[in-house]
Amino acid sequence: MIPPIQVSASESRLPVVNLDPAQLEEGSSLWADAWHRLKKNRLALLSFWIVVFMGVFCFVGPFLSPYSYIDQDLMRTLESPSWAHPFGTDDLGRDQLTRLMVGGRVSLGVGIIATVVSLMIGVVFGAVAAYLGGKIDNAMMRFVDVLYALPFTIFVILLMTIFERSILLLFVVIGAVEWLTMARIVRGQVQALRRQEFVEAAISLGLSTRRILLRHIIPNVLGVVVVFATLTVPAVILLESFLSFLGLGVQAPLPSWGSLIKLGSDNIQQFPHLLIVPSFFFSLTLFALNFLGDGLRDALDPKSSRD
Amino acid sequence: MFKFILFRLFQSVVVVFAILTLTFFMVRLTPGGPFSAERRMPAYILERINAYYGLDQPLFKQFGNYLGNLLRGDLGPTFTETRTVNEIIAATFPVSAELGLWALLIALILGLPVGILAAAKRNSVIDYGTMSAAMVGICLPTFVMGPILALIFGVWLRWFNVSGWFTAADRVLPALTLGLVYAAYFARITRGGMLEILNQDFIRTAEAKGVSSRNILLKHALKGGLLPMVSFMGPAIAGIISGSFVVETIFQVPGIGRQFVSAAFDRDYFLVQGTVLVYAILITLANLGVDIIQVMLNPRLRFEDSQ
Repeated sequence: MIPPIQVSASESRLPVVNLDPAQLEEGSSLWADAWHRLKKNRLALLSFWIVVFMGVFCFVGPFLSPYSYIDQDLMRTLESPSWAHPFGTDDLGRDQLTRLMVGGRVSLGVGIIATVVSLMIGVVFGAVAAYLGGKIDNAMMRFVDVLYALPFTIFVILLMTIFERSILLLFVVIGAVEWLTMARIVRGQVQALRRQEFVEAAISLGLSTRRILLRHIIPNVLGVVVVFATLTVPAVILLESFLSFLGLGVQAPLPSWGSLIKLGSDNIQQFPHLLIVPSFFFSLTLFALNFLGDGLRDALDPKSSRD
Repeated sequence: MFKFILFRLFQSVVVVFAILTLTFFMVRLTPGGPFSAERRMPAYILERINAYYGLDQPLFKQFGNYLGNLLRGDLGPTFTETRTVNEIIAATFPVSAELGLWALLIALILGLPVGILAAAKRNSVIDYGTMSAAMVGICLPTFVMGPILALIFGVWLRWFNVSGWFTAADRVLPALTLGLVYAAYFARITRGGMLEILNQDFIRTAEAKGVSSRNILLKHALKGGLLPMVSFMGPAIAGIISGSFVVETIFQVPGIGRQFVSAAFDRDYFLVQGTVLVYAILITLANLGVDIIQVMLNPRLRFEDSQ
């Protein structure tokens, strides 16, 4: 940790140049501190690089592959790994490596976009509820309580079977599930913030509610939001893969890690590599994201770190 | 206390009713009925089938009929089988209940002692080792854990059958798959709860008085330390239920979870409603039980309640 800059009594009589506020801020900004602490956490740093690797692997990889994820070669189905197909081929003779990369793109993409969707709903909902307070707050949070009580997996499954499946629906459904916790967390934070002097100052300056919320309150809860978001991404990926495993996620022929694991689990007797490889990539990504989230929490809020 | 239980009971009935209503209209308001996907049949036959099941009547009348039958304990017919919904649930529910109870038992027997031990030996090799293992357990969702366990113990070691639900040994893999994830959660939550209590002043007082560390752990800290665990039981039971959808599919367990998923696929209205009703009752009962136990364990909540 960077020690806070001490200004002793003798120094304070020195010319103002030495106390340039820009320099002071630079030394101890929240994000710089956090990055510094994160770098010390080896596990979190390793996780960070794994996530970066997975991102490159899934988003750039498919362009480098000689195959596309839909190219079928019915003469070469369910092949074991070879030079031509490093991870073998699936039941329709499609290159498993390419499908793994595209599947990861779907899983990570859904994870990130659905998290952003749930984040926006949750942050705005929670902030508005806490800022307005009183009866409106009460009604809004009761609504969240009611939704919490519903067995969501069941409704997600119903929604996915009922409507024509599309990735868009997947975003909406998952986003609709995940924003609840976000709303609660943000509400708690904002409730603490709105009693502070700088908000009072903003009110007395005559700023609009909208402006106070967007410019003064929400930026202050961003740290918590970022931490929760990194932990939401793996949760979303999990939910998407869960649905895809049950055959309710993305529409074939588009793969996702969940549907690849499903194919593997159907063929464990003869072709265990079809299960092991996607399971490994999927679990490694979840690990990395979870550890990165934990590391970020420790880095952004040292008080809450373990013990 | 009695008033509290009565109020929560009333609340549970409202939640179950809300879930039932939502399910009823969600399933019916969607395009395509249970017979639309079948081989094309003459319109007059379709009309007759719909009339037979009462599907030609206005929705609200159908809902009234359904509720009326429900009060008499009749969950309605199925469209895909000759059995009624009552018969299917009577046949499949005990299987799922058994699976769920084994899983819960495994989770408790593994998770609690590990969590307590990790808290007692905090920051030791035991602590880091078990918590890393718990992280692995959390990151491996049921649909990865299940096939992997089946591969190792079913295909490679041949200790258990890969699927089926006939002998006592067939219970092992599904229950382990479902239980291990929650064992991991329980361990982490118990550790956190215990640590919070162990840092409090009354524990230091007990230490100063010379109470043995074993007694401090089991007599002074345990009751308070288990509180977060108890509040997690509600979500855990809901999670075990949704996990059973996957586990029953992987291991071919003839339980209610598989029925629900296939009923949703087939748009088997009454079967969907019946299974969702069972789940809704289970989950709300679990939440109710958790709330009551929580109030009983935590005197502070009782105080708030009486004010």
